[in-house]
Amino acid sequence: MTVMAHANDQALVVLVLELQNESFAIETRHVHEILDPVPITTVPGADHAVDGLINVRGRVVPLADLRLIFGMPAQEEGRDARIVVIEVPIDGDPTTIGIRADKVNEVTELAAASLEHTPRIGLRWDPEYITCIGKRNGAFIAVLDMGRIFSRLVNGAQPAAAA
Amino acid sequence: MSGNDPAQTYRQEAADLLDQLEQALLDLEHTPGDADLINTAFRALHTIKGSGAMFGFDAVAAFTHHVETAFDRVRKGEVAASEPLIAVALAAKDQIRRLIERPDDVDGAEGAAILDRLAAALAAPANTPPSATTTWRLRFRLPRDAMAMGTNPLLLLDELRSLGACTVTADTSAIPPLEMLDPTACYVGWEVVLVTDQTRSAIEQVFLFVLDEMQLDIQQLSDRAPEAKPAAPPAHADAAAARTGSSIRVPAERLDDLMDQVGELVIAQSRLKQIAASSRDIQVKAIAEEIERLALELRDTTMGARLVPIGQLFGRFRRLVHDLSHELGKDIDLVLSGEDTELDKTLIERLADPLIHLIRNAVDHGIEPPAQREIAGKQGRGRIALAARHLGHEVLISIGDDGGGLDRALIRQRAEEQGLLASGTYLGDGELFQLIMQPGFSTAHEVTAVSGRGVGMDVVRRAIDSLRGNIDIASQPGQGTEITLRLPLTLAIIDGLLVRVGQGRYVIPLSAIEECVELSAEDDTRSRGHTFLNIRGSLVPFIRLREVFATGSEPDPFQKVVIVSAGEQRVGLVVDQVIGDHQTVIKSLSKLHADLGAFSGATILGDGTVALILEVAHLVEHGQQHVDTRQAAE
Repeated sequence: MTVMAHANDQALVVLVLELQNESFAIETRHVHEILDPVPITTVPGADHAVDGLINVRGRVVPLADLRLIFGMPAQEEGRDARIVVIEVPIDGDPTTIGIRADKVNEVTELAAASLEHTPRIGLRWDPEYITCIGKRNGAFIAVLDMGRIFSRLVNGAQPAAAA
Repeated sequence: MSGNDPAQTYRQEAADLLDQLEQALLDLEHTPGDADLINTAFRALHTIKGSGAMFGFDAVAAFTHHVETAFDRVRKGEVAASEPLIAVALAAKDQIRRLIERPDDVDGAEGAAILDRLAAALAAPANTPPSATTTWRLRFRLPRDAMAMGTNPLLLLDELRSLGACTVTADTSAIPPLEMLDPTACYVGWEVVLVTDQTRSAIEQVFLFVLDEMQLDIQQLSDRAPEAKPAAPPAHADAAAARTGSSIRVPAERLDDLMDQVGELVIAQSRLKQIAASSRDIQVKAIAEEIERLALELRDTTMGARLVPIGQLFGRFRRLVHDLSHELGKDIDLVLSGEDTELDKTLIERLADPLIHLIRNAVDHGIEPPAQREIAGKQGRGRIALAARHLGHEVLISIGDDGGGLDRALIRQRAEEQGLLASGTYLGDGELFQLIMQPGFSTAHEVTAVSGRGVGMDVVRRAIDSLRGNIDIASQPGQGTEITLRLPLTLAIIDGLLVRVGQGRYVIPLSAIEECVELSAEDDTRSRGHTFLNIRGSLVPFIRLREVFATGSEPDPFQKVVIVSAGEQRVGLVVDQVIGDHQTVIKSLSKLHADLGAFSGATILGDGTVALILEVAHLVEHGQQHVDTRQAAE
């Protein structure tokens, strides 16, 4: 089974994280590491969704809050909060970004059969931000398109609110 | 790595030699007949040819051979270093470069044409007056490995014979017993009595390529000819010897890596310092201090190793001005000063394009055509001055021309047409000239191949901005324009002042700070917006960073004002607390934050948190704008 899934280039290895009790998946090829909460420096004047800076092993890395990009309300950090450090291309340049997560669940494999193209309607999140929909433990889970999310942020597109 | 590839090494060396050659040729234009310059050119050509043949660059060697022969004749005084000869030598130099870099695309006919012109230039008659003969006694001894290094003593002797009648005696005293003899070593010394009409320097010429390593003693036995040359060996040989003995080639990436590592070390060291400060262990404190001292020294040494004299860059522009002025039919002198001013190599690399742009502008738009200059009562020959100097923690690079100056009315008209300026707005010169750096702004009436395509100064400004530098423009109608670039010395580590605003900590570059004063209660209670401080009689606007950064917290009871300057303008930054100086390793901001003008970068503090570095020029501009709007409103 597993071998089969690997052989199929549609299979995705993803990290599952939670934002406001909702699960999302990020492809592990983007993920560098997962950190416990660290002190955050606020950048005055920056877009609220990315107005933090953190020190990741001597590098200054922007910290993004996907909850704000998705139009969720801001929330206090819980005890399970983590920072997922990812690297995504922004306009072609690989950029390291930290992402706040209320909880990080697991690394899992979404088998090819369970992957579906993003439906244009009936989705709570802007379909532009989602690569595909997978099925995990019998429930649907959105695989986020991190590159597009941040490219849109840099290029001044308005963060879309929940429909 | 490519360092061991002999062909690559040859290309690098040849590139350096070609640069030397070009410099020597351009200098020769001004001082024809300078023996040192002719020798430099000849040496460069000789080495390019010799090593070229050795490393399989046969076309290079074959072509260079002709040019070398020409310069050998110049060196011997048979041919004068005339202007046509130098012009064709410059063309030949470009051809050699092409042969080395892109041998496949080289047009053979062009090479042949250059050689024809070379032959024509050589045909000009020489005018060396014959001189009386002198008798010299030479004693010389070559280094042991001379033959292994490719020197043939017999050829040297032959060359001496070509100068005049020779009596050669071998000095065999240094030859060891047979069992200790290395058959490839050169043990023999020579004593030569030479009767010649040539000068001492002509005799030294024979040993040109071994002069640095050998022992040579030349004595004049009869003095029937006037001898002007001093007895000391020529200075260039000493300088060359000093250079070869004391420098090595290091790939640029290694220096970059070293700088990164020093940056990490400085950050780690500031963490150690913080921990040591709260420790009671006297030994920990002592080690922390020792490491701080070493880290700072290492930082300075590393930054020093990255410094390159800007003369390298300036040298390239001489050719640019030479070619451009010929192309445009203008007569222009390029006057360089401060070539030994040292800058970080990255800075120098990134300055090349903006400077080329500025010089093209000066040649094309700055300097008027000769006829127009004469009407204006100026010398027909224009002048462009390129100067560099250090000023505090900055480097100033200025490009001045004695041309027509910027046309204020035209700039204003253009700016109004393009909607950059409301009609009738008052602007001082400084601000008006800044407008020419707006994207798409160009006052050139016609498009020429050289410049004036509407993209220009904005590109220069963007390049200088990215180096955290500023541009000042000064211009007098009819007298010329001077553009000054002000740049920080380094792109990697700066001295900063750490301040606190609300909960956030920020670094202000120390080089921009003039002084710190306390914000008095009466200044404070005045309007909450932008207002003025009286600093020894002059009014300085101040900005409350708490408001700019919207900290939303209560101000500290005793606020401080840090007075910073950018160019001519000053502004006070009100902060809650001045924490102290901080070695700031500059980390650039990601694309997500790149468009925030208020910050030029970030750094990591001793406790591991991130602090933002304030972009002083932006804040000063911001402060002044508010002053202007206030003044406009009043």
